[in-house]
Amino acid sequence: MLLIPALLVVALVAIYPLGKTIYYSFTNQEFLQGIEPTKWVGLENYRTLWHDTIFRNAVWETIKFTLITVAFEFVLGMIIALVVNSSFKGRGAMRAVMLVPWAIPTVVAAQMWKWMFDDVYGVINDAGVRLHILSHSHAWISEPSTALASVCAVDIWKTTPFVALLLLAGLQVIPSDLYEAASVDGASKLQQFWRITLPLLLPAILVALIFRTLDALRVFDVFYVFFGNRPDTQTMAIYAQSTIVGDGHVGYGSAISVAIFLIIAVFVIIYVTATRVAGDE
Amino acid sequence: MSAVAEAAAAKRPVSRSRVLRRSPVGRFLIKVPFWLLIAAIFIYALFPFYWAIRSAFTPDSEQFTTPVKYWPANPTWANFKEVFSTSTFQHALINSTIVAGAVTLISLAIGSLAAYALGRFRFRGRSGVLYLMLSMTIFPQIAILGALYTIITGIQIHIWFISFTTPDIYDTRWALIFSYMIFTLPFTVWVLTSFMRGLPGDLEEAAYVDGATPLQVFYKVLLPLILPGLVTTGLLAFIAAWNEYLYALSFIQTPQNYTVPLSITSFVGKSGSTFQVPWGQIMAATVIVTLPLIAAVLILQRRILAGLTAGAVKG
Repeated sequence: MLLIPALLVVALVAIYPLGKTIYYSFTNQEFLQGIEPTKWVGLENYRTLWHDTIFRNAVWETIKFTLITVAFEFVLGMIIALVVNSSFKGRGAMRAVMLVPWAIPTVVAAQMWKWMFDDVYGVINDAGVRLHILSHSHAWISEPSTALASVCAVDIWKTTPFVALLLLAGLQVIPSDLYEAASVDGASKLQQFWRITLPLLLPAILVALIFRTLDALRVFDVFYVFFGNRPDTQTMAIYAQSTIVGDGHVGYGSAISVAIFLIIAVFVIIYVTATRVAGDE
Repeated sequence: MSAVAEAAAAKRPVSRSRVLRRSPVGRFLIKVPFWLLIAAIFIYALFPFYWAIRSAFTPDSEQFTTPVKYWPANPTWANFKEVFSTSTFQHALINSTIVAGAVTLISLAIGSLAAYALGRFRFRGRSGVLYLMLSMTIFPQIAILGALYTIITGIQIHIWFISFTTPDIYDTRWALIFSYMIFTLPFTVWVLTSFMRGLPGDLEEAAYVDGATPLQVFYKVLLPLILPGLVTTGLLAFIAAWNEYLYALSFIQTPQNYTVPLSITSFVGKSGSTFQVPWGQIMAATVIVTLPLIAAVLILQRRILAGLTAGAVKG
């Protein structure tokens, strides 16, 4: 009885629209009706999608973004978690500082970095040239060779603290006598890290990786703020959104959405299997 | 840097590193890279904020000059005044507050009831519902954009012999309140359930012995107990709704109805100059929007950490 309101809302805002999206993906539904009567087109949308080079490019772009950001966030997050886990003065302040980038809107973070990346007045160019890291100013965002790296920088900055906090929570439940016993036995710090910390941290690591991967695969905000619909830097989500809202092709856009859903589902299955295997060992 | 140094230190013969650790100078030398690392993390995390604040206080005459100045020589409130006098931004603050507030309250009201059922009773299909909620929290919002788009502009519904058309809520706050439920509600249910489960059963039993109904137990015993949990979950839901961009971009058209993220990305400034993006004003706007969030997060940081880990690690 108590569950009814919650289930009703979930059904209304999630399950019903999901079913409807899947249905639309088999039709030529347009947003402005009356131009053409909506009819069932079978797999035609999916056939078009298979040969759609813009979509392929978007998938590839999203996967590159996901691999780069998740790898960096994991390594940096691990270093930060290990540092914060050792006791030192100002640890509380450190933890508070880590929460801050996580809390601000992605759009705000993107704007802050877009200004820092500015080709003429940006601080990154200025500092780079002053410190002799850069020979001249770059147009980071508009140059295709650095465009992806510049969005990755924003995402890594914004979400590394979150990864670090998840890993930190995992680190703090590892009992300290394990380390004491290991150092009595003469194990070096590095050996302790590989033999004790990593295996015991594995559940937390997997959770952090799952959350980050799924988030990165549906990335929209940062790319949109940086590039709008620029075709060479579209992600899957931006392509779907601009097809549905910008062009009004609800049918085809729904097919893109379903494809994104399936791609994400594949990643979920891989991770769930990995977790099971890790749990069995 | 220091991770490499540490690794190198670990590979060195044991005797030498022990000698290093014993002498005070050696101990100091070991500590230096550690503190450098901490300083680097602090600077990395905070510099973009410093830059936003510095740009917000820098007048345009200094903003758009090279070489870049790292400290405003003539700090000014002009950017803040400009931003606050822009009607789009004023509306955006109001709209975002209403939308995020409404979404949070509705999710908490519905979510706490569901969490009560899921956390305190055993029944068939309980784990099924829990898994449904968990899978919803990682649901890609883009997957249902097409259908939501048509639902929001009004659709015909036929249930048995009743047939009606839903209202057209496109370009209104209702569209956002409706669609934001998809990510706030499952999350709320999931986190509150873990809070509910953590409560001891004695108080509840005592209340039942005294003849209280389950609903009375919920309102008078459990709700006060999980109040900290409600505050945390509410804040997290509020932040999520406040920060949302994709649906706002898709369902809102009129600048009057913009939410904060929309207004920050479409800022052209009062003068409406198309030649130079008004970065000083944009940064002033980001500072205004960010400050309350930072304050809330710093005040409730311990609770937020507990809520986040309850939502994530126990999954």
